[in-house]
Amino acid sequence: MTDEAAAPQEVTSKEAQEAHWAKPVSQLHIAHEVPADAINLNVEGKRVAGMTGGFGKMWQKTYRVRLDGANVAPEQVVKVWKEHFPEFWKKGNRFFGPMASISPGDVALINVKTGGVKLSTGILVLYADDVSFSFMTPEGHMFNGLITFSARDVDGVTEAQIDALIRAQDPIYEFGMTFLGGHGAENRQWLHVLRSLAGHFGVDGQPTVERVCVDKKRQWKQFGNIRRSAAIRTVFYSVTRPLRRRGAKRSGNSMTGA
Amino acid sequence: MPQGTLTLEVRQPAPATSVLDVHGDITADSEKPLMDAYGEAKAAKSIVLNFTGLDYMNSGGIGLLVTLLVRANRQKQKLLAFGLTEHYRQIFELTRIDEAIAIFSSEDEALQAAAK
Repeated sequence: MTDEAAAPQEVTSKEAQEAHWAKPVSQLHIAHEVPADAINLNVEGKRVAGMTGGFGKMWQKTYRVRLDGANVAPEQVVKVWKEHFPEFWKKGNRFFGPMASISPGDVALINVKTGGVKLSTGILVLYADDVSFSFMTPEGHMFNGLITFSARDVDGVTEAQIDALIRAQDPIYEFGMTFLGGHGAENRQWLHVLRSLAGHFGVDGQPTVERVCVDKKRQWKQFGNIRRSAAIRTVFYSVTRPLRRRGAKRSGNSMTGA
Repeated sequence: MPQGTLTLEVRQPAPATSVLDVHGDITADSEKPLMDAYGEAKAAKSIVLNFTGLDYMNSGGIGLLVTLLVRANRQKQKLLAFGLTEHYRQIFELTRIDEAIAIFSSEDEALQAAAK
């Protein structure tokens, strides 16, 4: 092959690799329609939470399930995972993403119930290729960091995996994660997702979790993140909702969930 | 997704500064070579990552850099970088890693900043 023939291929390959990443954005914007009952309170117009920010201890959590007996390639698993992502979630936790699949740059809403409170937040799809996809969070989310969903061949068996490298964003979230069962709730969520994914391929999966504390130090300079807390904003939104409903009725306007 | 290999060379252009020359891909599978190289450079006060030879990085690679940053912070070391393409510079901005790893256009600039 001559150099002239090789050059365009290299360019194409480089472009394809770069297309796996989200384009730079200064503020998040939800480009798809969301249902009227979804609360879009802490995502639109917000900044992405930096990978190195956050208040609490940093944890590396790895959730894994082997798809024993399923004759399915890692690429097929990730394709299904991207296309059916919300369907694998626990009841009560909702993911409002684009209808088709998960692609780099997508912004999705998340409404979860935690401790009886409905929390509105979201994610940015930072990266997606054939065998993995990764999310980052907006400012105000429970944690800063990166969650990667992937599949790989391990000794002839496809394994699905979720890697979370996370740090609670503010002191209230850190307290909740540490003392109010936040880590347990997160574990149950992702173990459920892996069990559901395995079930999709006809496998009675037994997912596992490993947890390593990457950084025991709390970042006290990030204490002020509390002012952006999606939890506080969502609680305030929920508490004042009846008042806004009453006001809307008086003025004759209808009120949507957003 | 490319699953290339990562090799790193460790240089010490100044007594308190080590440069890690990156060659190849940084993915989630690159933990051993990256942390081994960091281990060699551990005594330095400043560690400069040379990304001129970086072919490809995925989100797993970004996660590894965050872990490396945590280790460097624990040792009170400065982490700096140069040689990033425009694309990866944008990724560093998007993930806001550039707020913790100072990015420079050339090795000279990075070494000058490391010496300060």
